Amino acid sequence: MIEEQTTIAVGKDELLGTVSDFHSQGYRLVQICCTALGDTIEIHYSFDKDYRFTNLRLTVKPGEEIQSVSIIYWSAFAYENEMSELFGVKIRNIVVDYKGHFYRTAVATPFVATETDEKNDTGKE
Amino acid sequence: MSQRNVIPFGPQHPVLPEPIHLDLVTEDETVVEAIPSIGFVHRGLEKLVEKKDYQDFVYVAERICGICSFMHGMTYCQAVEEVMGIAVPERALYLRTVWAELSRVHSHLMWLGLAADAFGFESLFMNCWKLREGILDIIEATTGGRVIFGSCKIGGVRRDIDGDTMKGIVEKLDRIAAEIRHTTDVFLNDYSVQHRLKEVGVMSGEEAYALGTVGPVLRASGVAMDARKIGYAAYRNLKFEPVVEKSGDCHARCRVRVREIFQSIDLIGQAARKMPEGEIAVKVTGAPSGEYFSRVEQPRGEVIYYVKANGTKNLQRFRVRTPTFANLPAMVRMLKGASIADVPNIILTVDPCISCIER
Amino acid sequence: MGFLSMTRNIAQNLFEGPSTRRYPAVKRYYEPKSRGMIGIDIEACIFCGLCSKRCPTGALTVAKDRKEWEIDRLRCIFCGYCVEVCPKKCLSMANHYSPCVTDRGDAIHLEKQAPKGTTEQPVEEKLEKE
Ligand code: SF4
Ligand code: SF4
Repeated sequence: MIEEQTTIAVGKDELLGTVSDFHSQGYRLVQICCTALGDTIEIHYSFDKDYRFTNLRLTVKPGEEIQSVSIIYWSAFAYENEMSELFGVKIRNIVVDYKGHFYRTAVATPFVATETDEKNDTGKE
Repeated sequence: MSQRNVIPFGPQHPVLPEPIHLDLVTEDETVVEAIPSIGFVHRGLEKLVEKKDYQDFVYVAERICGICSFMHGMTYCQAVEEVMGIAVPERALYLRTVWAELSRVHSHLMWLGLAADAFGFESLFMNCWKLREGILDIIEATTGGRVIFGSCKIGGVRRDIDGDTMKGIVEKLDRIAAEIRHTTDVFLNDYSVQHRLKEVGVMSGEEAYALGTVGPVLRASGVAMDARKIGYAAYRNLKFEPVVEKSGDCHARCRVRVREIFQSIDLIGQAARKMPEGEIAVKVTGAPSGEYFSRVEQPRGEVIYYVKANGTKNLQRFRVRTPTFANLPAMVRMLKGASIADVPNIILTVDPCISCIER
Repeated sequence: MGFLSMTRNIAQNLFEGPSTRRYPAVKRYYEPKSRGMIGIDIEACIFCGLCSKRCPTGALTVAKDRKEWEIDRLRCIFCGYCVEVCPKKCLSMANHYSPCVTDRGDAIHLEKQAPKGTTEQPVEEKLEKE
């Protein structure tokens, strides 16, 4: 085992509160990543302070809207734009919102499972 | 108020052979805002993992970046090993450390050259790349490739370095180190270099930390954060301290990298002395199940690999957060208020690796 | 002092001469471990197809019925995985590169195992070379 990693599950409503808690304790935002698991989407917010690695796990349904944490950590805008473009996660109030122009992709949200894509194909190019 | 103009920087630009585009909003000669856009060469490798066997995927992970390729492979292997609970033999850990530090040396030398090129010091650029060839020769002799090592695999490494070769490498590195010092002295002392880099693109430690900056950019602002301190591979047995500079300008970032070259050479020497005998790999069977975030300090900073597996041969999710992606916000911040002439220098001292962003 | 650090390098470079190689005249030395080109000892191959299954780029095709082994040299990334997995150890990694080609098709190299009973000639040839 290289290092201990803790993962805490958070709900959609506690997200901003917990993240600002981390911010005031002086944690650094390491990364935000998104995993599409068929009927749910898992979002990991990772923080680090003095080499202590902590994770927040938020589980949402596809299409559910979440709050952006970029008002607390400005640098989150890059990750959040990436998530909304590749996974189609709806994120409200991103500080720098590219509105789908961060990446140039041929298909909308290429990283989510293809069968849902076919079902509700919005035809966005 | 003077008129605002938008000057496009890239995707093709002489100082940066990789495609990133920045819209520089300028007022006279000053940049007031920089808006990056990426995705010109996005390869979707994170998605490819669903089609490839997890053991074969090492080759793909290695090709995320052509400069720190070994470290990408190593981070991926570490992530899968942690998920599967594999104990990697000590010798393999030491060999990984040696190769990782060799890539750091060659990456930093390459960066020094590119930086010299960015401020128009061509002969210095050529000098750095000449020295880098010496390192690449060592890499080729030990792994068979100049930049793509192909030496890491899940459970250990594919090749060994025997004792005599290792001794030869340490001696050769000592020789090269003396030559490197002649060249890096130019970066540290030369008037024209200082003139272009000092007090340009200043970023305070607090700001850099708040923006989630990693690697030499963060350390140049006085924050001692080096993911090697976590103690992966053999680093827990080696003595080193993160290289830190205070001033946070372009020259500080340059000094950090210069000092890290010698730190890496020293680490290789330490690893060579302490390297135990024994196996270099363990056999890996079965399939991973679980998740892990693996972190490694690359030449450009901390890289994060997230691996989620569900007990099949194909991973469920594989995510890479490369250091340049984390440094993008810092780059945008530094460009604010900079003069147009300093833009190439500022961008280059972040050491952006666009192919890494576009994994 | 601010300028002298580079002057010293320049002087050194003047006396040392070029660092580059006069290429066609002076050949590059390849380390024994260099990875450059995949070769096969086709007579030892059992056409199990393991190499083609493992190859990360799909550069190899093995046809068991026709006793053929084919490599697309421009697809191969010299990773050496096929050499590692081959159960008969009949694949090898040469430390030099394959010849240049001007057409993609020319890079496809086919090896065919001679039908049993007529293998005499190649064996003789091989002995002569050694
Ligand atoms: S793995 Fe070896 S024996 Fe099997 S088909 Fe390939 S070359 Fe032939
Ligand atoms: S070296 Fe790698 S890419 Fe080339 S044929 Fe063998 S397995 Fe395929």
